[in-house]
Amino acid sequence: MNKILLPYGSGGKYTKEFIDRYILKYFNNKFLQHLLDSAVLEIQSEKLAFSIDGYTVSPLFFPGGDIGKLSICGTINDLLCVGADPKFIALSLIIEEGTEIEVVEKILSSIQQVSQQEDVLVVTGDTKVVEVGSCDKIFVTTAGVGCIRKGLNLHYNRIEPDDVIIITGNIAEHGLAILLSRGAYGFEYNIQSDCASLKSLMQKIFDDEELTPHIKFIRDPTRGGVAAVLNEIVSYRKDLGIEIYEEKVPISQDVKYLCELLAIEPFSIANEGKMIMITSKNVVDKILSTFKTHPLGKDAEVIGKVVFTNKGKVILKTLYGSMRILDMPTAEELPRIC
Amino acid sequence: MSNFLSYFKDVDIVKIELKKIFSLSEMIKKKIYFMEVCGTHTMQISKYGIRKILPQNIKLISGPGCPVCVTPLEFIDKAIYILDNFENVTILTFGDLYRVVGSKSSLEKEKSKGKDIRILYSPDEILSLAKENPDRNIVFLSIGFETTLPSIGCVIKEAKVQNIKNIFFLMGNKFFLPALEVLILLSRNFISSNFNADSTIDGFILPGHLSTIIGERSYHWIAQKYKIPSVITGFEPVDILQGIRLLVEMIVSKNPGVKNQYSRVVSYDGNLYAKEIIKEVFDITEGKWRGMGLIPATAAKLKKEFEDFDAEKRFNIPNFNNEENLFGCRCNEVLIGKITPIECPLFDKVCNPENPKGACMVSTEGACAAYYKYERI
Repeated sequence: MNKILLPYGSGGKYTKEFIDRYILKYFNNKFLQHLLDSAVLEIQSEKLAFSIDGYTVSPLFFPGGDIGKLSICGTINDLLCVGADPKFIALSLIIEEGTEIEVVEKILSSIQQVSQQEDVLVVTGDTKVVEVGSCDKIFVTTAGVGCIRKGLNLHYNRIEPDDVIIITGNIAEHGLAILLSRGAYGFEYNIQSDCASLKSLMQKIFDDEELTPHIKFIRDPTRGGVAAVLNEIVSYRKDLGIEIYEEKVPISQDVKYLCELLAIEPFSIANEGKMIMITSKNVVDKILSTFKTHPLGKDAEVIGKVVFTNKGKVILKTLYGSMRILDMPTAEELPRIC
Repeated sequence: MSNFLSYFKDVDIVKIELKKIFSLSEMIKKKIYFMEVCGTHTMQISKYGIRKILPQNIKLISGPGCPVCVTPLEFIDKAIYILDNFENVTILTFGDLYRVVGSKSSLEKEKSKGKDIRILYSPDEILSLAKENPDRNIVFLSIGFETTLPSIGCVIKEAKVQNIKNIFFLMGNKFFLPALEVLILLSRNFISSNFNADSTIDGFILPGHLSTIIGERSYHWIAQKYKIPSVITGFEPVDILQGIRLLVEMIVSKNPGVKNQYSRVVSYDGNLYAKEIIKEVFDITEGKWRGMGLIPATAAKLKKEFEDFDAEKRFNIPNFNNEENLFGCRCNEVLIGKITPIECPLFDKVCNPENPKGACMVSTEGACAAYYKYERI
């Protein structure tokens, strides 16, 4: 048994064998072990956050991560964006017939590693196997449940002029890592994806009751990058504009020059381990110093502010003292990056 | 790599150049107009917001620097004519042309009707596609200036050597230099009336890539015949500001000439091998430009010995003579610098990159696309 065969998704004997041998090996816990149709959860929280995301990244394994790590970090980060502590994960696998078991195990093992480290439990799931050509080796979907912290109220409705925009670290690493790992440019260059769960970083902020009332909005700049998140905000809040200071935007030298070389806009490239946070001005120093005590936030910077001019637009103040529009990325420049 | 690139992006050097430009500009008592004639310059100037940091009396206007934009509508019509009238045709094109609307339809729309149209990334792919599909007529839509002609020429030569019979080139390539002279003559009228200035274009920011092929020597006539200074310029912020500074210096010293700011890439004679290939494969004939009409000696045509590869001959394409613009689009005026994109009534109202009405918005190097992407402030 070294390849995934169609019967593994049939619901019969082979499916049970697959679950016993592989799923329970990596994820056995008190919620999953009964293998009921639904997980029965014990949660004490006034408000729950509930999120789902599908992952189709190609290649499955890339510098800095793989589809397993990505699928669990992505959903954890989505829960954090609404101020929740991530608790439970549902995991759905769609596997192409003939995929090496070893590949599937590597992915399951990644998911296990992140979930243990981040203290979230995979409590329910599903496995389907499809014929050759019906999917590309494996697609992973994760749904997550988290408990929303009291005292946090995150919504773009709360954003006001003079609020500041913070990013937790260097931009454009995930998308570029994927692009380069595909070898499409005829040269190899090792850029590590920033793929990471930001739970412990964000909890440092969530735990501080002095800060929480002043946090207005959080979002992870994944597909479409920083440019997409900021443009989404001003498209919901047409009464506001956003100014970004190019010199403040953290970006590694390698990423900067590779983007130049490939003529791609780093602001439009996906991140998988960064947050954009909008807060009132008075707490910015404390937030920044809190972020900087954590390895995943050491490069955090204030990159811009909310203004009442240039309504509905994101303006980039360039290094050269000029300004330009930072537009919403139009087409998906890089398909299947997550 | 990083040190080399960072010099040409260096903020302090940009500021020094700007300071020089400001102090020189005080010596000029009128508005002056510099035109860039390369689509990559158009994009870079918009992207770095260079228009906004220059002195009030120095204006940058965009000329016909984008090959897609200067291609007349009838070129698309001809491609669609081939698709409509012949069986087993595969059209190959570079991406920028794909969404340009001809007088009736675009390649994109034709593809959605089931026609076989494929986007290429490199001319290398033309031969391999022809060999992989021996039962299909492969038609390559060839556009571009002297920059792309040599690589197309190589493909055509190779097709002849390998005796490939199912490959055809619809030639839309243009020679840039004669058009530059027409532009100078045209601009005499509109610069004075539109911009309330008393002269023609005051200086040219000359293309970097194109000059790599044709060399610095090709431009001396601009200053000799028309007393207009010009600078071959690179594409980074330091390059562009140095180019502008050199132009202003030549105006102040009343000593117009051609300078080569991009000498790290562009030589005096250009790329001799590339020029040889152009001569070997192509003849020069009259060419139709969007915005400027018919200009003698500006179109590339296959030489007699290569005419088996000529799509116009193979498919007996009739003459098309269509209106140049659709829907009130003013691309033809935008691309000779007569109006800025913002002055077109369609700009950012019904014409945008998702739903472009004219070529200058479709092409990623068109002036309208550049203004839309970066300059709607």
